Order: sequence, then C-alpha cells, then structure tokens
Amino acid sequence: MEAVISFVAENPMTLYMVVLAVYLGFELISKVPTVLHTPLMSGANAISGVVIIGAILLVRQSALDDYLSLILGFVGIILGTINVVGGHAVTNRMLEMFKKK
Amino acid sequence: MEAIINLTYLTSVILLIVGLRNLSSPATARKGNIIAAVGMGLAIALTLFIPIEGSNDHYFLIFLALVIGTVIGVVVSKRVEMTAMPELVSLFNGLGGACAVSISLIELYNYQETNALFSIAEHLTTQLAMLIGAVAFTGSLIAYGKLSGRVSDWKIPAAAIVNIVFLAITVGLIVYRVAVPSGGFVIPLVILGLSLVYGITFVQPIGGADMPVVISLLNAFTGVAAALAGIVYGNQVMLVGGILVGSSGTILTVLMCKAMNRSLLNVIIGGFGGSSTSGVAAGEQVVKEASANDVAIMLRYATNVSFIPGYGMAVAQAQKVCKELDNLLSIHGVIVTYAIHPVAGRMPGHMNVLLAEADVPYPSLLDMDDANAGFPETDVCIVVGANDVVNPSALDDPGSPIYGMPILEILKSKQVIVLKRSMNAGYSGIQNPLFFHEKTKMLFGDAKVSLQKLAEEVKALD
Repeated sequence: MEAVISFVAENPMTLYMVVLAVYLGFELISKVPTVLHTPLMSGANAISGVVIIGAILLVRQSALDDYLSLILGFVGIILGTINVVGGHAVTNRMLEMFKKK
Repeated sequence: MEAIINLTYLTSVILLIVGLRNLSSPATARKGNIIAAVGMGLAIALTLFIPIEGSNDHYFLIFLALVIGTVIGVVVSKRVEMTAMPELVSLFNGLGGACAVSISLIELYNYQETNALFSIAEHLTTQLAMLIGAVAFTGSLIAYGKLSGRVSDWKIPAAAIVNIVFLAITVGLIVYRVAVPSGGFVIPLVILGLSLVYGITFVQPIGGADMPVVISLLNAFTGVAAALAGIVYGNQVMLVGGILVGSSGTILTVLMCKAMNRSLLNVIIGGFGGSSTSGVAAGEQVVKEASANDVAIMLRYATNVSFIPGYGMAVAQAQKVCKELDNLLSIHGVIVTYAIHPVAGRMPGHMNVLLAEADVPYPSLLDMDDANAGFPETDVCIVVGANDVVNPSALDDPGSPIYGMPILEILKSKQVIVLKRSMNAGYSGIQNPLFFHEKTKMLFGDAKVSLQKLAEEVKALD
C-alpha cells in the first residue's frame, strides 16, 4: 500500500496521462459505424505492437555477454515487428476494399 | 537533445491519436491507418537512435530482428485470404502479447540478479505486464485455433469457478512475490506458467461464435500490457499507445456484445453453443427443397430482393458471384439490397469488407434496423451462408441459448430461400427452425456453385 501511495506521489503526470488516454480511447471509438469494427480492431492491434519499443530498449541496454536478455529481446523484437508491420499491412488491405474505384 | 527526443516522441503520440481518430470514420480510415503507421515508425526509429549511456547498441541483432519480423509480417498479411482475417488479427495480437512477456520476464530476471533498481511499484507493474501479456498470448492462440478450426470447442467442467480460483492464485502469488522478492527465480516462472495456462482456460470454454468479442478483449489486454511495460521503461509512447488500445479495445468489445444483446460477463462465463435446452429435433421435420430454376424465376420477377450474407459466403468466396447475380437482376429492374447483421461472419464488418471487395456499392448495404424495416416489402430473401443471425428462436424460444439476440427478421418477407451446404447446425451449434418454416425453401450446395447456377438460370430466362 505504501508503495502505491509513494508511486502516486512521485508520478502525478503518469496518472494524468493514463486517465486522459483512457478517456480519449473511449471517445474515439464510441461513434464508430459497425462497418469499421474489424479494420479498427486490426488497426488498434497494430498499435498495441508499440511494446516493441520496450524490446528495442532492452536489447540496446543489454551487456555484451548477457545472452538471455539478447536472445529473448531478439525474439521479442521479431514478434513485435510482426505485430506492428503485419497489423498495419492487413488493416490497409481491409481498407483498400473501401477505396472509391 | 533531450528536448528534440521528447518532441519527437510527442509527435509520434499525436500521430497515433490522429491515426486512431481517422480510423474510426469510413472516409478517412485508410489515411488513419497510414498516419498511425508513420507514428509507430517514427517512435521505433527514435528508440533505435536515442543516446543511451553505456549502451552496447547491438544494432546488428536489432536490425536483423526488425528485418525478419517485417518480412514475415508483410508476407503473411499479403498472402492471407480475406476470410482468414479475423484469425490473423488474433495471431498478430498473440505475438504482441508474447513480446510483452519476453521483455517483462527479462526485466524480472535482471531485477533478481541486480536486486537494486526496481521500486515495489515497478516490480508490481512488471509482474502484471507479464501476467496480462501471457494471457493475451495463449488466449489469442486459442482464439486463432478456434477460428481456423484447429481447436474444437470442449468444455472445462465448472470453468468459471476453476478460472476464478486460477486467477486468484496467480494474483496472490504476484502480490506475495512483490512483498517478498527473494528466493530464486522459481516463483516468477511459476507465475508465468500459471498466466499462460490461465490464457488457455479463460478462452477455451467460450464458444467459437463468440471469438470476435474475445479477440477484441485480448487486443485490449495486449494494449494494457504494453502500457504497463511503458511505465517500467518510462516511455510515454508505449504508455499512451497501450492505454489507447486498452480503452478503445474495451469499448469495441462492449459495442460488439451490445450488438448481440448480451453482456460481456455473459459471454465470458455463459458459454455459447453446445447444449441447447430446448432445441428442435432435426430430421423429424420436413424441409422444402427448391431447384435453381424455380428460384431464378422467383428472383427475376421479384421487385425487391435481399441477400443475407453470413460466414458461409466468406468460406465459399461467393461474394463476386453474388454481385454478378445482383447485376443480372438489377438489369431487369429488381431492387437488390444486402441485409448485414452486426455480427454476421466472424467479426463485425466482416461482410461489409467482403462485399466491398466485390464492388457492391455502400447504399445497397443495409444495417439490421433498416433491413428489418424493409422486410415486409421484400419479395425474396436469399440467405447465403448465414444461420444464427436469422434464427427465429432468438425471438420466440426462451429456452434457446440465443434468446434475446436481435436477428434479421426475414420471415416478415414474402419468401425465404436458404443456400446451404447441408442440414448441419450453425456455428453456435443451435438448430434453426427457419429451415422448417412454411415460407422457407432450401437450395442445397456450395454457396458459390448455387449462386453461379442461379445466375445462369436467370440469364437463360431472357
């Protein structure tokens, strides 16, 4: 409990950001036509691949002989990249079909 | 330098937000996806080159991983059939979850080794990122398996209770570990193992027909895992991007549940499909079979015809032939519309995407309310591979598992034709009294072949 209190005390901006981002996410999506649900889910899925940034930071900070970090970080970057690149590519493919001919 | 880095990260956050905003409107959706991708690319590029004190960079390794991931991502997304999109989204989502797992596992391990750099809050955050990422990972794989037919529905006895106990043990262990962070690395590995198993037991009891809702929920989970990892790394793009996905994914999940007139809790605990308490005995009732020629004549001389597409149309890739038949009928002045149920197919909007691919114009696609209002004036409804979304049990059989779900009330129209491969029940496993109704005639066969035959017969009438 103390830890939570001290975290709140030390990181007010993080909390503000979380609250505002939660609200923003709700607002952005609450007026979406059904047609776009699938592409939107796919696009949001690509954005969740933002976790790849953590994997890159991890590998960059790893010691030269820290093989465990390097291997898992390497795998993490591959998985994250597939999520980001594949996610945006497949979303684009779905949306291409709505393109005016 | 610090200022430039911060401004660049801020720019990419703005691009992600603007991208998501544009993605939620039909006219700007494509642009939105590209804007979000640019924002993501900017954030990744910046992360590659920001100066990190004492960094070994490992650029070769990182770029190798980026190239491998990009090639796999591009090839898979280019090759996949449009019918397999939903499971692909699920698979991608699972990989994102796995990425969160691998980085939080390493952070926990490094914490174990150095034992200094973590605050309790950071420790807790990292453990939670691993838990949620792991659930998203295995859960998405099960959802992928179910949608692609590799994993079948089987019930775990007393699933709800087992799952609650499972989750309680896992969370309890995390709290214990954070409070007493000593004693080797066994406990974090046990937590990881439990989380991975929980992902499986969480999704497994949920019926295949509810997978879209589950995928949307797991997508939100991955977002939350990314946001938690963002707190650990003090990275705002990860934090904001992850939270955006978490909250928008949650709203999307709720919207999808609403479309089925069910609560999220009911989806997760209820289990859909499998045992129907009332259920109409199949085989004992008589279905009326129609020939392609009969149906062609019926269509050719109708005023209003409505297609009711479902997953069967996607499987048979029948959308283009459907449009051909539409064109032939339109020439003769028949007004052709398409009635789209919000959960037709395996994902909301699935049918719209398929029909747009076949050049069906927007105004011809009617949503459920407009379509239901128009059915009394509709001469013929042709059901192309839809089942549960036109099941009248939802209206009048309180014992049916789908009772209360809004459906396309096609029995209000004058005549119903059902294109169907066989008399098997729908994806939810529920028997459909529609097929035995006096207004209904069945045209058995693969949807694409049947539609082709209909098109030929209509042409032959000239």
